[in-house]
Formats: sequence, structure tokens, C-alpha cells
Amino acid sequence: MASKSSGRIVNAIEVKGLVKKFGSFTAVNGIFFNVKEGEIFGFLGPNGAGKTTTISMITTILSHTSGSIKIYGVEALKNKSAARQMIGIVFQDPSLDDELTAWENLDFHARLYGVKKDKKQIIERVLKLVDLEGHAKRPVKTFSGGMKRRLEIARGFIHKPKVLFLDEPTLGLDPQTRRKIWDYIMKLNREEKLTIMLTTHYLEEADLLCNRIAIIDHGKIIKSGTPESLKASLGGDVIRIGVEKKKELYNLLKGRSFVKEIKETGEGLEITATNGSKAIPQISSLAGSKRIVINQVTVKRPSLEDVFISLTGRDIREEGSDGSAGWKRFAMGARR
Amino acid sequence: MTNTLEAAYTIWLREMKRFLKSRSRMVGSGGQPLIWLGIIGVGLGSAFALKAGNNIPYLTFMSPGVIGMTLLFSSIFAGVSVIWDRQFGFLKEILVAPVSRLGIVLGKIAGSATIAVITALIILVVVIAIRVLPLSYLSPLGILEALLFMILTSSTFVAIGLIIAALINNIESFQVLINFLVMPMFFLSGALFPISSTLPVWLSSLSHIDPLFYAIDGMRGSLIHFSTYSVGIDAVVTLAAAALFVGIAFVLFSRIEGK
Repeated sequence: MASKSSGRIVNAIEVKGLVKKFGSFTAVNGIFFNVKEGEIFGFLGPNGAGKTTTISMITTILSHTSGSIKIYGVEALKNKSAARQMIGIVFQDPSLDDELTAWENLDFHARLYGVKKDKKQIIERVLKLVDLEGHAKRPVKTFSGGMKRRLEIARGFIHKPKVLFLDEPTLGLDPQTRRKIWDYIMKLNREEKLTIMLTTHYLEEADLLCNRIAIIDHGKIIKSGTPESLKASLGGDVIRIGVEKKKELYNLLKGRSFVKEIKETGEGLEITATNGSKAIPQISSLAGSKRIVINQVTVKRPSLEDVFISLTGRDIREEGSDGSAGWKRFAMGARR
Repeated sequence: MTNTLEAAYTIWLREMKRFLKSRSRMVGSGGQPLIWLGIIGVGLGSAFALKAGNNIPYLTFMSPGVIGMTLLFSSIFAGVSVIWDRQFGFLKEILVAPVSRLGIVLGKIAGSATIAVITALIILVVVIAIRVLPLSYLSPLGILEALLFMILTSSTFVAIGLIIAALINNIESFQVLINFLVMPMFFLSGALFPISSTLPVWLSSLSHIDPLFYAIDGMRGSLIHFSTYSVGIDAVVTLAAAALFVGIAFVLFSRIEGK
């Protein structure tokens, strides 16, 4: 989805060898990645992996130990003001003034970012973008968690940033609200052509939203790529077929291009295919041509969860599962 | 990129909006000094038939003191309120904006000082209206001088509040702060009794390192022509204190990271 200008893909963000140490603890340990213009790039990892620390450095509110960060070619940590003007941020924790109204919060932001021309229209437009136009004059303290998050997304967009950062955008929200927030994020990316970088420890969120994902653990990027390629790296979908004439179907399918692996099981066959949903019609038409009756088909697609487990040997939801290191990180506040 | 003054104005505007929305804060910051004047002032004044030099009634003597008290409390708590901004996350929104930290510090000081000075002026009007501070003492120049003392004092204490907010991270330390910093500063300031040669040396020495002492002494000199030092000396010390603490606040604030 990365847009092209003058024929080449532009890097919105370039991070090289970024390191952050808190005392003797290394929160971010030499990471390299690029975010392309126009894409949604996801940082996926368990709590304490270094996601927020990385975002804090890219958004210039935390100093780095070494390495470089460029936002559209601008050295972010040397030229903070120029970098800040180019980015919008939705922090993990709410950062609104609860006493002020939604409008006043947005007006405050517009003034701080020097938005003067058409300020009123811009504020109206961003409120509409997140369906809050009817709540402009209400104090933020009367808003629900989901409304606050929407308002923050709108606020992050007021000064027309080139990149929007979302740190755990749906943390603590109920499933319905989460779905809504996903819609707004996709809308901003699609309709406003906004480059987005987000962090999450929800695998389904990364899978649904992101064009590319970097999996981060213990302050290092352990793998990156499109969600599809990450899942494909595990070998592909597993298709289980219940069939009487096992041998005949086995011989029929063995060696076909869409079959990566095939073996007999108790009730039938188990096939590993790069793309399960494309393989099934082919299997069924082949079986039909030889009058082989298929009783049952199930497909299991590898999830990002499987990818994560295969890379780290543990579940993403097991917070601090690696014993003392997890606690130490929590104590250092690296999570925030 | 927004320039420093525009940023300061934006921060100032937020302080104003918040103040106007909070009626309880208005009543609280104006009511407390009047309670002190009404109970301590009337109580002590009557019980001991107190008079300051030149036969000034105790309540009249105390009036500039409660104005100083208003400035102290209102300003220092406004400065410390940055801790709440940090607690509720709003500080990050400010720190990540493409504006200079100087603009942020100046805006916070200007906003909080405006509120403190308005409250102090209301107290001044009240003590004049109830004849505790007789009109015969007052001159336009004296009131103008007092106003300058109010602005400088308030800036000093907002800055001290910001310094405290930059140094302590939690709201729990707050009570300690009030007991061991704000109340001693108030009692040592000469708001309730003159800091004169009859005091023990240790007490009078402590008063001389309290910026509020010079501020109240200066306001007393300007308003009721009764003071330990001349208004000029008080003004120089008050100005120096304001410059020093605003400077320190700016340096500490520049180092805050948005974590």
C-alpha cells in the first residue's frame, strides 16, 4: 500500500542502531527499521518489550543512548521542533485535559502547533472524522474511554502530521469500541493517506491493521515482514480431510504444486498448503473427478500468535513470563 | 513552529479557562485568607489589644500579610499542579508540542500569577471595603507599588511550585511539602507579627531567607507605610528572588522528559 512518489518508495521513518539504556538495563537494544510512506507499520511485542520506549524516542520526548532516527530525512533527536511538527501522537495513557471541553482541547492543540488558517473548519472536520461532532462542547470528563481515545486520534491529526503514532490504541477498550477505533485508523490511512506507526500486543490488531509488522522482544526486533509472510514462514495452512479412500486421494494429491506436505492420519489426510482456501477447491475437484467422497474438511491457518510462539518459545500474553527480567523492566518504567 | 510567546499565551489561556470553570477554587483561594483575618486577626487583636508601631491597629497591620498569604498559597499550588498534569497525562501533550520549554514555563507562570494576583486584589478590595485598611493610608502610587510586589511574589512562588513539581513525582509527598515548606514560609514571613529586632536571632534569621518576608514588608511599606526595610530594598530582593526561581524552574523544566 506504500505510495510512490517519482517512482520510488519514500521512507517516512528510518531508524538505525537505536539503543536506550536505563542505568545498566537495556530497554532498546540496537534496532533497525524503516516505515514507508503511506503504510501502517506495527510494532508487535509483549509488555515490556521496548515498544513504548522506542516510540518515545522517535517522538522526541525521550533521549536516546545511541543510534539515529530520521523522520522524512530530518534527524529527529537533533532537530526536535521540526520533527515534532511532522508527527502526531496518541499516547498509551489518556493525555486530555478533563476539565476542558472537547473543542477546547482541540483548540489548545491547534494553537500549540501553530494552526491558524481555517482553525475552526479543521477542528470541525477532525471531530467529524471520529463522529464526535455532536459532543464538541461537552467537558472531556464526561466522555467514555472510547470517546476519549477517538478525541485523541482526532487531535493527533489536527496539524496535518506526516506520520501518526498510536501507542497501544485499543488498550483497555471493549471489543465493540476496539472495532470502531480500528475503522477510524483504517479510514485515516486510506482516505487521508496518513502514514501510521502503531504498537500493540494484540495479535489480531496487528494482523488486521498493519501492512508490515516488526516483532519486538527484549528490546530487539526478532522478525519483520507482512502479516502474511510472517504466517507463511511457519509453512502454511494445515488442511485436514476426512476421507475413506485415503490411499487414492494421497496418490492423487502427492506432488501437486499447491501441496507442500501430505501425510496420512487416522481419519484421512493432513495437508500443509501455502494457501488453504485456494487449495480446497482444487482438492475437491480432483477428488470429484475420481469419484472420491470427502466427508469432512477443516483448515487451520497459522496465526501471528503461532509465529510469536515459534519465535520466542512463549505466549505473548504471558507478561513477565521470563521471570525477574520482566519485573525489572516493569520497575524501570520502560513500559511507559 | 509556534513561537515562544504564542505558546506562553496558549498555556496562559488554558489556566484562565480552568480557573473560570472551577468556582470552588475561586471561593477557596479567596476565603481562606479572610478566615485568617477574621478569626486570628480579630482574636489576637482583641485578646492582647495589639498595635503595631505608629499606633496601627493589628487588623490593618495584618491585611498586607493575608494578601501575601493569598499569593503564597494560590501561586505555589498552581505551580505544583503540574504534578496533576503529569498524573493525568496532559503534560505529555504539552511536552511533545513543537514549542520551546521557555514558552511553557512562562505561560504557566503568567497564567497562575494572573489568577493569584486577581485573588489578591479581591482581598485588597474586601479589606478596604470593610474599613480594616482605611482609605486614608492609600495612595495611587502605593497601590501600584503593591501590585508590582504581587506580580513578582506570585511569579516567585509559581516558579517554586514548578521546581517542586519537577523534583517530586508523586502526589503523596504533597502533605509533607505543605507542613515543612509552605506553612513555615507563611509563619516566618511577618504576615502575623513584625520581624523586628526584638525577635530571637534564629527566628529573625530564618525570616530573612524567606522571600515572602520581603514581599509582605514591601506591600506593607507601600500600603500602610510601616515596614522593616525601605520599599526600594524590598523591591530589589523580591525582583532578584523572582529572577532566580524563574530561572531555576526553566532549567529544571527543560530537562523533563516526557515519560
